[in-house]
Amino acid sequence: MTQAATTRPRGPVAVHGSRTSFARYVADAQARGVLVVQPRMGFSDPALMRAGLRATRDAAEAVVGTLTIDSYTRVGDELSAVRALNEDHSLNGYPISSLSPHTSRWVLDGVRDPSFPVQVRHGSARPQRIVAALTALGLDATEGGPVSYCLPYGRTPLAESVRNWQQACEFLASLRSTGAEPHLETFGGCMLGQLCPPGLLVALSALEALFFHRAGLRSISLSYAQQTNSEQDVQAIHALRRLAAELLPDTEWHIVLYTYMGLYPRSREGALELLERSAELAVEAGAARLIVKTAAEAHRIPTVAENVEALRVAAAAARDSHRTAVAGARAVPDNPVYTEARALIDAVLGLDADLGRALLTAFAHGYLDVPYCLHPDNAGRSRSCIDESGRLAWSETGSMPLGRVARNAGRLTARGLFDALSFVQSRYDNHFLAPTAAPPRRPRPLAGLSGGTSRR
Amino acid sequence: MKPAELATCDRTASLEVIVTGLASDAHTWNLVFIQLLLEDLGHRVVNLGPCVPEEEIVESCADHQPDLLVISSVNGHGRHDAKPLIEALRARPDLDGLPVVIGGKLGISEDQREEQARELVAAGFDAVFQEGADLASFEAFVGALPKEVTR
Repeated sequence: MTQAATTRPRGPVAVHGSRTSFARYVADAQARGVLVVQPRMGFSDPALMRAGLRATRDAAEAVVGTLTIDSYTRVGDELSAVRALNEDHSLNGYPISSLSPHTSRWVLDGVRDPSFPVQVRHGSARPQRIVAALTALGLDATEGGPVSYCLPYGRTPLAESVRNWQQACEFLASLRSTGAEPHLETFGGCMLGQLCPPGLLVALSALEALFFHRAGLRSISLSYAQQTNSEQDVQAIHALRRLAAELLPDTEWHIVLYTYMGLYPRSREGALELLERSAELAVEAGAARLIVKTAAEAHRIPTVAENVEALRVAAAAARDSHRTAVAGARAVPDNPVYTEARALIDAVLGLDADLGRALLTAFAHGYLDVPYCLHPDNAGRSRSCIDESGRLAWSETGSMPLGRVARNAGRLTARGLFDALSFVQSRYDNHFLAPTAAPPRRPRPLAGLSGGTSRR
Repeated sequence: MKPAELATCDRTASLEVIVTGLASDAHTWNLVFIQLLLEDLGHRVVNLGPCVPEEEIVESCADHQPDLLVISSVNGHGRHDAKPLIEALRARPDLDGLPVVIGGKLGISEDQREEQARELVAAGFDAVFQEGADLASFEAFVGALPKEVTR
C-alpha cells in the first residue's frame, strides 16, 4: 500500500475559497491578544472523532481542531488500518484515507467552519495520500516536513522523504490558484521530543519553513517544542521569529509552541503546571498558537474530556499572562540560540542552490546531526546533555559547524540517559509527590519511555 | 540491584542482542535506553531503530544470528503487529531456539493486559514485559540466558 514516489495527489478537490484561512484565524486571535490553543486528538471511531471536535471547539475562546492520523496510515499501511476497522479494533488515530470521504464529511459537517479551523496532524514521510484525502474534504491545514517527519520516525530514506514532501508541498501550493491559502506547519522544532539542543531545533524548523516557501506556500507556521529551561526557550522562540522574518518574504507566518513533548509529569498537578508554564512561555515569547498536553499524557492516550480540560487550563494561563506581560517583549540582546541556528542554516544553504539537495548533503556530511536519532541517514555522532543551569547543551557536536565543546561527558549510561529524559518530569512531579509517596526512582523503560514523539 | 552491580556479577556473559521497534511504531527513546542498558551489562547491541518492517527484522536475525531479540513497542499497536512477526520468526528453521522477548505498552487500553501477555506467549514469545513490569525482571531474564546459545 505504499505510495509510489512519482504519483501526485489526485482526486476531487473541494472548493477552498471564501473561507477564513487558517493563518488569518490565528493572526486575528493574536491581534486580539488571545493565544490560540489546540489539542492533539485522533480516534478511529468517526462518532467519537466528531464528538471530540465538537467538545474541543467550545473549550476556549480561540481553538483550532485537530485530526491526528493513526500510525498505520502514517506509514502507508492502509491495509492494516482497514483490517483493524473491519475487525472493530481501535486505532491510535483517525484513518483519514481508509474511511470513506462521505464518513469524514459527516465528521466535519457543522463542526469545522471559519470560527473553528481544523488541522490534520500525521507524521508521515509519505504524505501524498494523506494530503490528497484532507484536501478532498475541503481541509487545507496540515504539518510535517521532509526532515522532521522522516528521521525520527522510521527508515524511509531521507532522499525519498524530500521527494515526497516536495510533491506534497507543490500540490498544496497549487490550491492557491483556487483562492485558498493552504497552511503548513513545520515539525522541525520537535525532533525526538526532547534532548535536542534548541539551536538545531530552530535551524531545522526554519529550514523546513524555507523548503515550504520555495515550493510555493505562503502560509506557514514554525514550530518549537518547550524544552528544559525557560530562558533558553524564550531565546529559541525569538531566534525563530527573527529567522522567519529574514527567510520568508511575502508570507503570513506565526510561531507555534508545543507543550513539553518528552517524558511528561505523572502527577496531575505537575502535568497541569507544566502546561501552564508552556502557555506563559508562548505569550511571553510571542508564539501565536500552543499545542497542549493533558494531565493524562504520561499514562495513556487522553480522553476528550482531558483534552478539553487542557485547552481550558492553557487558555486561562495565557489570559493571565497577557495581563501581566507585553507579548514578546522580553529583550534578548545576545542570543546564543540564534547564533547557533544561523551557523547551521548558513552551512546548509551554502551546500546547494536546491534546498532539498542541500539538506541531503548536510546530513550526509554530518553538518546536521540529530542526537540519539537512529535513522540510517543521520550521522549519529552528536550527543547532548542537560547542563548545571538546566539548559540543553552539546556534549559532542560531531561534524556540525558549531566549534568544539569544552565538556567531557564520558560514556553515557542507561541511568544517565534516563535521568536526562526524566529531568522535566521529576522537577514537576517532585513538587507534588511527597518523598514517601513517590514511585521508586527506578527506570521502567520497557513501557515508561512512550512520552516522546508519537502524538502529533 | 543496579545495572552496574549486575554487570560486575557476571561479566563473562556477553550476548549479541538485536533491539528493534515494530513496523508502525515511531518511538526511539525506549530503544536507545534498552541499547544502553544492555551495553551497561556488557552485551553487544545492534539497534535496528523504530518502524522496522517485519521482513527486515526476520532477515536481520538471520544475518546476525543474535543470542536474543528484544522488541519494544509503546504505540499501542504492538499487540497486533507482534503476532505475525513471531509467527514468521518461529517458522524459520535457521532461527530455531532464538529467545524473543517483547515489552512496552502493547495495547491502547489498560485493561486486558494479562490476556494480551498470555496471547503473545502462546504465539511464541519467550517473555512479555508489560507496562509496569520492573526493570529487574528484564535484567534477570537476560542474565539467565545461556552464554553460548547453541542452535
